Amino acid sequence: MAPRVRDATDPAERELLSAGDVARTIARMAHQIIEKTSLGGEAHRPVVLLGIPSRGAPLARRLAELIAEFSDVTVPVGALDVTLYRDDLRRRPNRPLESTTLPEGGIDDCLVVLVDDVLFSGRTIRAALDALRDAGRPAAVQLAVLVDRGHRELPIRADYVGKNVPTSRTEEVAVCLTEVDGRDGVYLRREDHQ
Amino acid sequence: MKHLLSTDGLDPAQATALLDTADTLKRTLLGREVRKLPTLRGRTVVTMFYENSTRTRVSFEVAGKWMSADVINVSAGGSSVGKGESLRDTALTLSAAGADLVIVRHPASGAAHRLAGWLEGTGTGVVNAGDGMHEHPTQALLDAATLRERLGTIAGRRIAIVGDVLHSRVARSNVHLLTALGAEVVLVAPPTLLPTGVESWPVAVSHDLDPELPALDAVMMLRVQAERMHGGFFPSAREYSIAYGLNERRFNQLPEHAVVLHPGPMLRGMEIAAAVADSPRAAITEQVRNGVHVRMAVLYHLLAGEEEAA
Amino acid sequence: MMLIKGVRLYGEGDPVDILVRDGVIAEIGPWLDAASTQELTDVEVIDADGLIALPGFVDLHTHLREPGREDTETIATGSAAAALGGYTAVFAMANTDPVADNAVIVEHVWRRGREVGLVDVHPVGAVTVGLKGEKLAELGTMARSQANVRVFSDDGHCVSDPLIMRRALEYTKALDGVIAQHAEEPRLTVGAQAHEGERAARLGLAGWPAAAEESIVARDCLLAKQTGARLHVCHVSTAGTVDVLRWAKERGTKVSAEVTPHHLLLTDERLATYDPVNKVNPPLRTESDVQVLREALAEGIVDCVATDHAPHAVQDKDCEWSAARPGMLGLQTALSIVVETLVRPGLLDWRGVARVMSEKPAEIAGLPDQGRPLAVGEPATLTLVDPQARWTVRGTELASIAGNTPFEGMELPGVVRTTMLRGRVTVSEGKVQS
Repeated sequence: MAPRVRDATDPAERELLSAGDVARTIARMAHQIIEKTSLGGEAHRPVVLLGIPSRGAPLARRLAELIAEFSDVTVPVGALDVTLYRDDLRRRPNRPLESTTLPEGGIDDCLVVLVDDVLFSGRTIRAALDALRDAGRPAAVQLAVLVDRGHRELPIRADYVGKNVPTSRTEEVAVCLTEVDGRDGVYLRREDHQ
Repeated sequence: MKHLLSTDGLDPAQATALLDTADTLKRTLLGREVRKLPTLRGRTVVTMFYENSTRTRVSFEVAGKWMSADVINVSAGGSSVGKGESLRDTALTLSAAGADLVIVRHPASGAAHRLAGWLEGTGTGVVNAGDGMHEHPTQALLDAATLRERLGTIAGRRIAIVGDVLHSRVARSNVHLLTALGAEVVLVAPPTLLPTGVESWPVAVSHDLDPELPALDAVMMLRVQAERMHGGFFPSAREYSIAYGLNERRFNQLPEHAVVLHPGPMLRGMEIAAAVADSPRAAITEQVRNGVHVRMAVLYHLLAGEEEAA
Repeated sequence: MMLIKGVRLYGEGDPVDILVRDGVIAEIGPWLDAASTQELTDVEVIDADGLIALPGFVDLHTHLREPGREDTETIATGSAAAALGGYTAVFAMANTDPVADNAVIVEHVWRRGREVGLVDVHPVGAVTVGLKGEKLAELGTMARSQANVRVFSDDGHCVSDPLIMRRALEYTKALDGVIAQHAEEPRLTVGAQAHEGERAARLGLAGWPAAAEESIVARDCLLAKQTGARLHVCHVSTAGTVDVLRWAKERGTKVSAEVTPHHLLLTDERLATYDPVNKVNPPLRTESDVQVLREALAEGIVDCVATDHAPHAVQDKDCEWSAARPGMLGLQTALSIVVETLVRPGLLDWRGVARVMSEKPAEIAGLPDQGRPLAVGEPATLTLVDPQARWTVRGTELASIAGNTPFEGMELPGVVRTTMLRGRVTVSEGKVQS
């Protein structure tokens, strides 16, 4: 199902990352993942990237491409839809389901790196951990996010963070990716300017 | 969506959304050991079956349980219904006892619509699991899901529905849904088993099955109920079977890719030959399997979302 | 003595006054109180400015449910509903419990009607014992009883056996009576729920084919012609039946026919909600049937309006369609429906209303003192109607115990202000006078 595409720039929003910034940030994250997971090293656990739709999935694919470019290791990529596991379903209109596609070979005994665009309350990641549990038994789970905007409601932290952006609760961090929105960029908006 | 009462008037986009959800759920659960999703935890679903049906009831029960809903089955025999409690009172009691959704099968056409009316304002939704001769929307949805899976698309396909159309809620629901999704439908039956005014339906009508076969992408065989044989609708089971049965000769006249469907239960040797039912081109077991995912999708669309304003 | 001031007789001409004395119309003329040579003392004046005077209505087909279903209607409440609807005589159908197939029951109903005294209640006698269609009931005894039965009907059921129907027609010739047939070939309507047409087919409701009514009407007309007896056809519902009646009358058959108000307005479009308030026997049919029936009533092929007033308890209507009993209330809404469907479109004038709601039914039933002209010397049995007023139908506000009206919430034209039975006011300002 098509996600809600973000419109052309609103004058009341502030650009946090330009397209170039986004590209560099993702590249840096790819290097960090390679290093921290000892990718390519001997006896390493197989690493799998699972993006959380909508924007986590293309992010995961980009990371996988860059990882392959930098390390010559092909990391399997998939998508993990967490809609069925959300704890706030009854508070919003019925949401369409997105696709979950696990890579061939599954996730058992792998190091799964969950990938999402923005880390906020942590509830999406909590749902993702529940979904992951029903999908298999990974050896370990790590989290990569393009933006961490604070205001955690659960004890969840990211292993790989593209940019830390302190925000107030009424603001919104909007990540735009070419695959979904036609352009790259990260913007800070006040909620009433959506 | 608050209720699913019929496919008549179901928006094609909404129908497609249901089928897509069913598909996603199917793939999500594929290969999993633990076939359980927490999505409908804390939701209470009650099945009220005033007609015997193991397969449909079990299908709904599995669907609900795989979504972690609490599913309770009420059947007409052993309950207060047997003591003469009215349909309305039974429904209101179940709603008051906490049912978020009531799945009803009843011999009276319009029973699900009436239930939805009586339950207005209670927050309890209704799914029609078959009301008399009127509709069986989840059956049509699972038939469509099966066709979509086997044929790739439904739009532009030619599908025959053969048999007792007059008394069939499966036929009515399928006519509405398949035509809404862009298929060409042809009804094949003796004149006594076609409804009055069928000429105004958006379908072709024929009394002769053989000439239709080579052009079909799918054929749906309807059950012939024993009661009809005594109602003078056709002279004998033998004559019916000779004229309208999907025997092996007819099966071989279907195109290679054509799919055979049957809502079940089948009368092997009557409307469908045993060998045909067991052939790989018959999708009957897939229909049953898809039934669970389709019903999961229906439960998801009706129960996983904020309560709609009445 | 009563003076009705400023009323227009049959809605025609200038307003006149009517002086009622000893239950009879004593004088008619303009400005009677001024013109009268004798002093009018002790006169009750009814201001009828803007109102129309019509002879009191006669309903050939009502279900008063007493004895047996007094939870839905009694002779008292039914009489009140009738009087409020402008009726001064009603014919109470025999499908009570016990069935009115003998002198004891019909005399009870007749006596009770007199006790209540709001309308003349004429019991209809069953044609066959227990309405079973097998054996003739004691038609002669019922005719000779105090109830003076002249109209016989198994309504609710069809006298389907052609031999029994023939015998009944012949036998009533000696009684100067008429058989009122509920025309429904039972073999064609087994399990039927609604008019056999596109709408019922789509909704999965078993069909009640028009031919089930038409075939019986045709048969009965042939039998009536053959025997020289009188036949009355209850609740005509199809265009095909109208064709049969036209043919039968052209050949000189002694046949009369009635149509219900609901068959003049409602169609099977009403089925969509599956609300059994719309379930009735014979069923609501199509728009073209409705149009043909209106024209047939205006033309006289269908002779009169009869309500088939059928009260039902809540539990018999607030259920799934197939479990519900068929029937609708009709006494209080009949005039308004006739105004809405025939007077307003110009098919019938108020003389015509008098004909179809009073004169013809009285003639068919052989009532000497109802459906009379509004003239000096005639019984003061009349109703005063406000043709301009409108009212909203609410089942809970109707006089019947039951509330199953399909016109719930509808705003309709024509309001009965006063009803008078042989000079006694039964309804005044829209309220029953006890």
